[in-house]
Amino acid sequence: MADAHAALQEQFEEMPQQKEAATLGMWAFLATEVLFFGAMFMSYIVYRTTYPQAFAEASHHTIVLFGTINTAILLTSSFTVAMAVHAARQNNIKWLFRLLAITVFFGLAFLAVKGLEYHEDLNENLWPGPHFKSELPPQAQIFWILYWIMTGVHAVHVTVGVVLLSIMAWMTSRRKFSDAYYTPIEISALYWHFVDIIWIYLYPLLYLIHRYSA
Amino acid sequence: MNTAMPIESPEPLREERVPKNYITESRTLKSWLFTTDHKRIGILYLFSILFYFIIAAIAAALMRMELITPAGDMVTSETYNKLFTIHGTLMVWFFLIPSIPAVLGNFVLPMMLGARDVAFPKLNLLSWYLFNAGGLLAVYAVTFGGVDTGWTFYTPYSSTFSNSHVVEMAAGVFVAGFGTILTGLNFIITTHKLRAPGMRWFRMPLFVWSLYSTSVIMILATPVLAMTLALMSIERIWGVGIFDPRLGGDPILFQHLFWFYSHPAVYIMILPGMGVMSELVTCFSRKPIFGYHFVAFASVAIAIMGFLVWGHHMFTSGQSIYAGLVFSFLSYMVAVPSAIKVFNWTMTLYRGSISFATPMLYALGFMGLFTIGGLTGLYLAAVGFDVHVQDTYFIVAHFHYIMVGGMVTAFMGGLHYWWPKITGRMYPEKLGQLAALIMYLGFNLTFFPQFILGYLGMPRRYHAYAPEFQIYNVMSSAGASILGVGYLLPLLYFLWSLKYGKKAPANPWKATGLEWQTPSPPPKHNFVETPVVTGPPYQYSAEAAEAEFTANEKGEAYG
Amino acid sequence: MRTASKKSYVLVWIALLTLLLLTWGLAEINLGPFNNVAALCISVAKMLLVVLFFMHGRYEKALTWIFICAGVIWFLIMVDLTLSDYLTRGDVRDGVSTSWHHPQVNPPTLQPGTTRELQHQIPR
Repeated sequence: MADAHAALQEQFEEMPQQKEAATLGMWAFLATEVLFFGAMFMSYIVYRTTYPQAFAEASHHTIVLFGTINTAILLTSSFTVAMAVHAARQNNIKWLFRLLAITVFFGLAFLAVKGLEYHEDLNENLWPGPHFKSELPPQAQIFWILYWIMTGVHAVHVTVGVVLLSIMAWMTSRRKFSDAYYTPIEISALYWHFVDIIWIYLYPLLYLIHRYSA
Repeated sequence: MNTAMPIESPEPLREERVPKNYITESRTLKSWLFTTDHKRIGILYLFSILFYFIIAAIAAALMRMELITPAGDMVTSETYNKLFTIHGTLMVWFFLIPSIPAVLGNFVLPMMLGARDVAFPKLNLLSWYLFNAGGLLAVYAVTFGGVDTGWTFYTPYSSTFSNSHVVEMAAGVFVAGFGTILTGLNFIITTHKLRAPGMRWFRMPLFVWSLYSTSVIMILATPVLAMTLALMSIERIWGVGIFDPRLGGDPILFQHLFWFYSHPAVYIMILPGMGVMSELVTCFSRKPIFGYHFVAFASVAIAIMGFLVWGHHMFTSGQSIYAGLVFSFLSYMVAVPSAIKVFNWTMTLYRGSISFATPMLYALGFMGLFTIGGLTGLYLAAVGFDVHVQDTYFIVAHFHYIMVGGMVTAFMGGLHYWWPKITGRMYPEKLGQLAALIMYLGFNLTFFPQFILGYLGMPRRYHAYAPEFQIYNVMSSAGASILGVGYLLPLLYFLWSLKYGKKAPANPWKATGLEWQTPSPPPKHNFVETPVVTGPPYQYSAEAAEAEFTANEKGEAYG
Repeated sequence: MRTASKKSYVLVWIALLTLLLLTWGLAEINLGPFNNVAALCISVAKMLLVVLFFMHGRYEKALTWIFICAGVIWFLIMVDLTLSDYLTRGDVRDGVSTSWHHPQVNPPTLQPGTTRELQHQIPR
């Protein structure tokens, strides 16, 4: 009987139904996150089409090296978490744990690089307000407001993902998962991939506007 | 005749064993506050929204009192600004949006599908806590000085110049919004994954279709609101932001982002009411719904097309004229699915065996009042007309006809209809009919004069007005007091019925639908055995009802 | 459910890093308007690789794809209709909205005779 499985909740009849519901639920949640970030991307699009020069000038003060390194880190972390799910499917619990831990490490690395970058940005007077870099036109402040908010909200999501994957790693160490049941790992991985995808768009939009004229 | 397989009722033949229902199975406060039972969560929401409704109604009462005289002599204009903001914010986000979905939807949806609970019961409880956490922030903002920006929080006033608790109120709406998102997510996954065997999509009651459509809007629109309020709050807190004209920012961008959510939000508010309508009109005319597929698809169409029309709130804002034309055209289109539904309910009534039980009185009221509200919406979709009545009482009357005349009426109808199922008690029928009538008369006296006021040019959100408008304002305020009685009566007799109401059978209305196949009140897991569905919904027969009615000498169709 | 092999994950990862270098490299060259097009196309390609392979989109059923597409389409609705305003400002001369984006003109002050509508006088 399916409900002999310890993880089956009472509103479901069988485990596959529960797993499909959980997966579909996470995809629906990710759709909401697209709209959540979408409002910021909308604002970016409006102002970039209106002030293309100012936006290009403003973006030349972002640190391309840090942005590129961070993109590489997140892309790799997507790879490692996908491998973690693969390990779960093969019932390779040892590697499941290791790959989750490596992904968490990459997440923290991303945040560390971001922190360094923020520090540099602040030193360059790129915080919007009365002390904003005076060489830049006023519309450049709009770019930088969007930069801080978009990368900030993204960093919050990275942090949530790091916490989530850490919990998954801890639960793995307590033998909660096997190839018969690893749904929480899968849906946490989906969330992590989404965080990566958002950054895939943020990177060119924030760092790569007309770099040839920087 | 209904085609759902009858289920073994847990009603015992022996007197000494009273079966436990979802209320009696545990009586501790902790079991309520930590429940994951969708039925209990529905009741928790009922209490919460009543609380916020009362605060918002008091604000409205004070406004109507001020407006009895042309001069602004009861409150200052600053205070008046706070009153209409509190009224709007609390009514929209803390009463209307949760009302039918979170109360009736939570209670009835799983049962209608033949499920034991929603897909994610713990998230369901979390959404109630998020709702009230947001509510707490909103009440804090109200108590410690209020907000005066209007429920629309337009920049630059909200982000730069207002001297009130904007951020706290915005934060409250932000947090409550995530409760809404979780509810919507739950309903969508429940509908996809937890239907009973045989419950195909086109066998589901139309209430489920409308809740599903509502949920789609909830999860796609609400995140945009959350981010928009956050952007506005950031501008307010840090003194610079993306809507700031000094930097080249555009305050109208806020309006685009705000209304991208808030127009679909009005469909979040009305679609569940339409779903209730389909249940009531079929049951109380003893006829299957006319055009089931059309009504179902119309719900989905409203959900989708509702996202395409938001610019009609911005015709006078400085939006380009081209965009105004596009939005005007799309706004005409979005009226079509709503009209389809009204036609279908009307055709359901035709040649039905109609009885005037309280829920039906509310349903009939809805049909007239929603139609008036909807038609005036079409007037407003015309840019040429809208520029004259924008920000006047015409708009106020339009949306109150839909929200109060439509949605609240449907909510009252649904509450009366499902009350026996929820509580196991009947409310007093004669008082119910009286309250419905009082509400209807009070409502029309309150809001019809406002159409005239708006047409004559009285602006909204003003605490003082030109003397020639007084007669209509007095009528409106008088109507408001009658409307208040119409709401107070049900509050009192519902409470009375909990102790003294007649005990309700499993199916007092002889309705079809799986929720009526289980006792009143239901057991914790709704059904003893998972039901199996073998046919379409609403298998009523008007002829059989008429025959039974004439055969019954007392002329009462219900026991 | 069919699953990918370890090798396919590695290949996708290498492809993603290659696309990253490509997008950075192209940004350093002046391609005129095609800079934007190229950057967007590369981002979309990366996203598709992640969704199809890492997120197992390849094996997901139609319903899941409806959910994915809904999120994207709704975002595009927001962009499209909002831009229908911003890209057509000033197409019809109305005196106010044509010049919103020049900071020195903003904010306009309320004076008699401007094109802004004045509300009715009300008794105090």
